[in-house]
Amino acid sequence: MAAGPQAALLPDGRRLHLNHGPIDLVIEAFGAEREVTRAYEQAVERFSDILETLVAELPELRRPVGDMPHVFAGPVARRMAAAVWWHRGVRVTPMAAVAGAVADEMLAALTAGRRLDRAYVNDGGDIALYLAPGAGFEVGLAARPARAGLDGSFTVTAKMPLRGVATSGQGGRSFSLGIADAVTVLAADAAAADVAATLIANAVDLDHPAIERRPARALDPDSDLGDLPVTVAVGALDEEAVMTALTGGEAAARSMLSAGLIFGAVLALNGQFRVVGDALAHALPAAA
Amino acid sequence: MTDEAGIVVCDACPVLCRIRPGRTGACGRYGNADGALARMDPVVLARRAAESEGKFVPFLSQAGQWDGSLVPQTETFLTGVGAGTTYPDYKPAPFIVSSRHRGVDMVTVVTEGIFSYCGLKLKVDTDRYIGPEQAAVRCEGEQVGHVTTAEYGSQMMALGGVRHLTGGSKKEGNVTCRMMLALCNKERVELTVDGGAGLSVQAGKPPVINDVEEARMRVGCGSATIGMFARQWYGKVDEVIVVDDHITGVLTEHQAGRFLGMPPSGIRVRGRKSTPGRYFQVAEPGTGWGGTDITDPLTILEKIDPKTARAGLRLLMVSTTGEDAAYFVLDDDLEPVPAELPDPLVGVVERIGENCEPALVSVLFMAGAGGSLRAGVTENPVRLTRSVKESRTRVTCGGAPVYVWPGGGITILADVMRMPDNAFGYVPTPALVGPIEFTLRLDDYRALGGHMDDVRDLGVVGEKGAVQVTEWRAGNPWPFGPDGEAR
Repeated sequence: MAAGPQAALLPDGRRLHLNHGPIDLVIEAFGAEREVTRAYEQAVERFSDILETLVAELPELRRPVGDMPHVFAGPVARRMAAAVWWHRGVRVTPMAAVAGAVADEMLAALTAGRRLDRAYVNDGGDIALYLAPGAGFEVGLAARPARAGLDGSFTVTAKMPLRGVATSGQGGRSFSLGIADAVTVLAADAAAADVAATLIANAVDLDHPAIERRPARALDPDSDLGDLPVTVAVGALDEEAVMTALTGGEAAARSMLSAGLIFGAVLALNGQFRVVGDALAHALPAAA
Repeated sequence: MTDEAGIVVCDACPVLCRIRPGRTGACGRYGNADGALARMDPVVLARRAAESEGKFVPFLSQAGQWDGSLVPQTETFLTGVGAGTTYPDYKPAPFIVSSRHRGVDMVTVVTEGIFSYCGLKLKVDTDRYIGPEQAAVRCEGEQVGHVTTAEYGSQMMALGGVRHLTGGSKKEGNVTCRMMLALCNKERVELTVDGGAGLSVQAGKPPVINDVEEARMRVGCGSATIGMFARQWYGKVDEVIVVDDHITGVLTEHQAGRFLGMPPSGIRVRGRKSTPGRYFQVAEPGTGWGGTDITDPLTILEKIDPKTARAGLRLLMVSTTGEDAAYFVLDDDLEPVPAELPDPLVGVVERIGENCEPALVSVLFMAGAGGSLRAGVTENPVRLTRSVKESRTRVTCGGAPVYVWPGGGITILADVMRMPDNAFGYVPTPALVGPIEFTLRLDDYRALGGHMDDVRDLGVVGEKGAVQVTEWRAGNPWPFGPDGEAR
């Protein structure tokens, strides 16, 4: 009765829920019922060995990207390595893209050979999108997660070169080197969005006595972040500190934007937020 | 399995996380609690759109982190899933939260019960023989329950219970606990019945009996099937025998056939006659036709009376699910000769199948909420019991409605399919840990001696640890609804 890969339809009868260990996916495809059913069958089939294949290369995936690309065997590992390769100027490991890469791989399996209107694979907030010509998805943007409401929305259309949305921040399931409440990134695919969100969230940071940090390995002996200090608690910050931290993150996001690695980003900290990318400027009315 | 400095290695999935004390693994569901691997579930908050609002925006409807504040456009209900327990400290329950619904101040006492007394009632939709009544049901060789009554179209099993959990050997208790945990969490379990079948069961899924997946639940016994379809057979066939483990029906002898004026066919079946055209025990129970051991239907014919039968007589034999059917024509020696089923009859046989509902396994969790669990709600536990009996307090399990048994105590029955996934855990006692919530009006809570000093706003939940937000399960009555407020 040990838990292997699990697949189930959510109570609404429309969305597919896949789980294996730390991988938790919510999938929804839109189209003719028969096509959706077959798409879900393809996804379930593909999911059967995703985690095991990843685990086989885990030690190498936890190492920082160097000057020479490491060649991985597994399809998800390859997606991870490809996504982080463009960021090798900073310390980054392929693990920074794991959730997004799983979403991309599963989306590819879901849609292969199927005739769907649109589909998404949501891997704990890192989302891969599929859009048939003419289709669109409205993506909710939460600039102030402390309020848990939507601050704006942005419609991704089939003509836009973006199929990935990812959110990263301090206090989530993964460690962050920064203090961002949330950084949401739109990029070409979910793996690219995932690594960018992770690195921008790391850059929302400053030296401040209210920020408590501990070496990653003191918390998780196998962390890919090694002995780097990860944020464990953020005390009271004055407005100037918040602005300083956000400015650091914004600079990182702008350089990714100009390098063509992301389409846009929303950075949030303590109720303040910054928007990067012209396309998103109008998505958050309060930003004006 | 510990190594350096209290690290626990989790073997719940292939990642094999090494977890430091007080931390969780990559999934967040397993953690190191005082050097032991433990499930560390976030508390589950179910929310539904307020009646005036539309649907959720897709991306926000995902289960996700929650920051402790109320979601303005939604109504929320805190479930006991992941709430933890204060057992056996006789302290107030982990969460006693207040809320306001339709202008009434309500309170929900939320906890996870450690149920020493608990069991499962399984309804297995099948006509196949799974074993004699009272036979032991085993899992991994240990007795974990027994076969109980046969009901209409299904076989009941009683599994778990305190005698298997703690009244037998340690292994028996552990296997019983694992089996119940798996079934309650909607996972598959393999069972065997002494002197009967091997079963593979999972809540909400068809049963697999002796490696054959059951597809349909019979439409009724053989007599009922004749009653339903006699008119549709009339004129297309001269005799129909509906083979069933309980009552096998013979059309021309049956009241329905006589009402249609069908002449007797002279074909007699074995077994013990109940009333005309209705026969008990035409064969032994088994996994053949209609839950009998029959694979060749002609073996149940006792004789063909030459004084009544005639050459050319058309005979249909069919099972109560329509899964098995055969057609015969009597030759000049009055011997039944197999023939192809004529088209008009194919339609009626298919209709029997069409009227059979999908065979499923349903798992009802039964438990008694006594002792310190009630003390977590009130200083005067019997008042909680009375309040529940008077319907002032609504009891739910992970938000799912429960049936409260009449008589003493708070003994509940809940359908695991209406509860959140993975709602159950266990303690090594062994006993099952399950969510339970008591919802009542704040003034009623005060009156029954509730822990008023511990009533908190829902926002406190986020401060105590991880929160997972899920959608309210459609079909479950809203605990704050009018029925819940019944006075």
